[in-house]
Amino acid sequence: MYDEPVFRGAGDQAVLVELGDEISPETNARVHSLARAIEEAGVDGVVDLIPAYDSLLVQYDARAVSMADLQTRVVELDSERVESAEGGRVVELPVLYGGEHGPDIDRVAEHAGLPVDEVIGLHSGTDYLVYMLGFTPGFPYLGGLDERLATPRMATPRLDIPGGSVGIAESQTGVYPLTSPGGWNIIGRTPLSLFDPTREPPSLLAPGDVVRFVPLDGPDEYARMAEG
Amino acid sequence: MSPAFEVIEPGLFTTVQDRGRHGFQRFGVPVSGAMDQFALRAANLLAGNGENAAALEMTVIGPTLEFKGDAVVAVTGADLSAMLDGSPMPRWEAVSVAAGSRVSFHGMKDGIRGYLAISGGIDVPEVMGSRSTYVKGGFGGLNGAALSAGDVLDTLAEANPARAMSPDFHAPVYGTEHELRVILGPQDHGFDDEVISTLLASTFTVSLDSDRMGYRLEGPQIAHKGSPDIISEGNPPGAVQVSGDGVPTVLMADRGTTGGYTKLATVISADLGRLAQAVPGESVRFTAVGHDEAVAALEEQEASLAAIDGVPPTPAMPVTVVVDGETLEVVDERGEPVTVGDGPARTQRATAVVKGLTYSFDVEVRTDSATE
Repeated sequence: MYDEPVFRGAGDQAVLVELGDEISPETNARVHSLARAIEEAGVDGVVDLIPAYDSLLVQYDARAVSMADLQTRVVELDSERVESAEGGRVVELPVLYGGEHGPDIDRVAEHAGLPVDEVIGLHSGTDYLVYMLGFTPGFPYLGGLDERLATPRMATPRLDIPGGSVGIAESQTGVYPLTSPGGWNIIGRTPLSLFDPTREPPSLLAPGDVVRFVPLDGPDEYARMAEG
Repeated sequence: MSPAFEVIEPGLFTTVQDRGRHGFQRFGVPVSGAMDQFALRAANLLAGNGENAAALEMTVIGPTLEFKGDAVVAVTGADLSAMLDGSPMPRWEAVSVAAGSRVSFHGMKDGIRGYLAISGGIDVPEVMGSRSTYVKGGFGGLNGAALSAGDVLDTLAEANPARAMSPDFHAPVYGTEHELRVILGPQDHGFDDEVISTLLASTFTVSLDSDRMGYRLEGPQIAHKGSPDIISEGNPPGAVQVSGDGVPTVLMADRGTTGGYTKLATVISADLGRLAQAVPGESVRFTAVGHDEAVAALEEQEASLAAIDGVPPTPAMPVTVVVDGETLEVVDERGEPVTVGDGPARTQRATAVVKGLTYSFDVEVRTDSATE
């Protein structure tokens, strides 16, 4: 983690604020608290914020605030940050593992040399940090996958992965919010909607949240939750 | 509100766009909005709307629209050969359109994205604070999709009187060679100096793989010093991202919010709309500038929008003829006064009564500068 923010020019409408050069929960927490501080302070000219693993992109209107003033303000807010004990919310995501909802769970089990039950146990027994959202609306970049479950991507991506599918690619796990193509190994599916443009907020998860996967007993329970 | 127009033919890719959807990028929601923000804002101001009203973005082939009520429209951006009831329609000015009229487009002449704003602004539901269409996500605009034949769009209540560009405004000519100013960074340190020189000294060709997400540029390979990958971070508008194959892509309105490729430079905001008018096959060159020059260019562009004043378009003037000092009214075949200044170029049959005798003749109404 850097002592002071490092600013990188990103055109005349944005500046990239780097707070470190690594993927770590500590640096990421600082990113989220800086984003919160900028929002709460209502800094003039700020148009949008994109928190990521170790950086915050600040989009601004160069006619409302100069880059120099904006940077001074960001440094101040970063240094004043409260080492938040607050943290993110814990969000439980029910998942039906295996079967038609998780067609690649055998592949993951085989690659790990573990029985399927143990794959489910390891995957649902961990708290995952939502480092950031991106790629598609509502897609969470989760950290914390047990290394034993790391599995290479599918050689041939699927064209239609249903929304809610939970997958593993290399040492990452994630959930597809919307039906989309992709090369992740699909091990299960959640009946909850991760992204709904008409909901407020539209995304079930926010940067900084903690996700816990909870195994469902069977298709009946999944169907009940999908309806409810 | 009331239906404004029906889509008779949708054109190639016509979507409802406003200035974009901000505040949701942290959830992975792209900004979207008009690719050429200047053209959108100008169209809205001319039609008497606020800058952020929803308008149509028309790509390559424009639509055919039938108006259900009287309206003021303004067409800006690319020259897609706009016609009003079969006569050429001026761009970059407010035009009154009568109920039953058709606006159509007949071929791309300069630029690739035209904008059509209508008084009141298009009334589609706001999704996350914006009416912009994000087709990949299936939301915003009209049902999250490009327009189709048979769609009927409404407008909100009329806002202000129509306005006009300042007399010294010159409509942009986009041409086929696009000079774009960039600010180096955020990851120019990921490239050797010679490679940066190559980027700035070369001519690139706009790839057919260019769309609202990004403009892919074919040309010399832009090699990374080390890995092409970085820890994923937020994507600024106009970022010149270089993927592992050494191909630069300029990130546009529908860009993903975050990405893990190095970004060598960023196109300045004043020039990004010009790139949005580049057609696949045309050429692009980059010049590096400093932050101050970028802001100065932005100020200049803003000044020309600020110069869209409250001057209404020329009001309709009745045509008269003077015979022996007597001023006579000229009427059309329905007995309505023939007027100029309020519609497209046309030739119409007209009559006037002179000393008890009815004379019929043709009146040619032109839309170029008055010479008579």
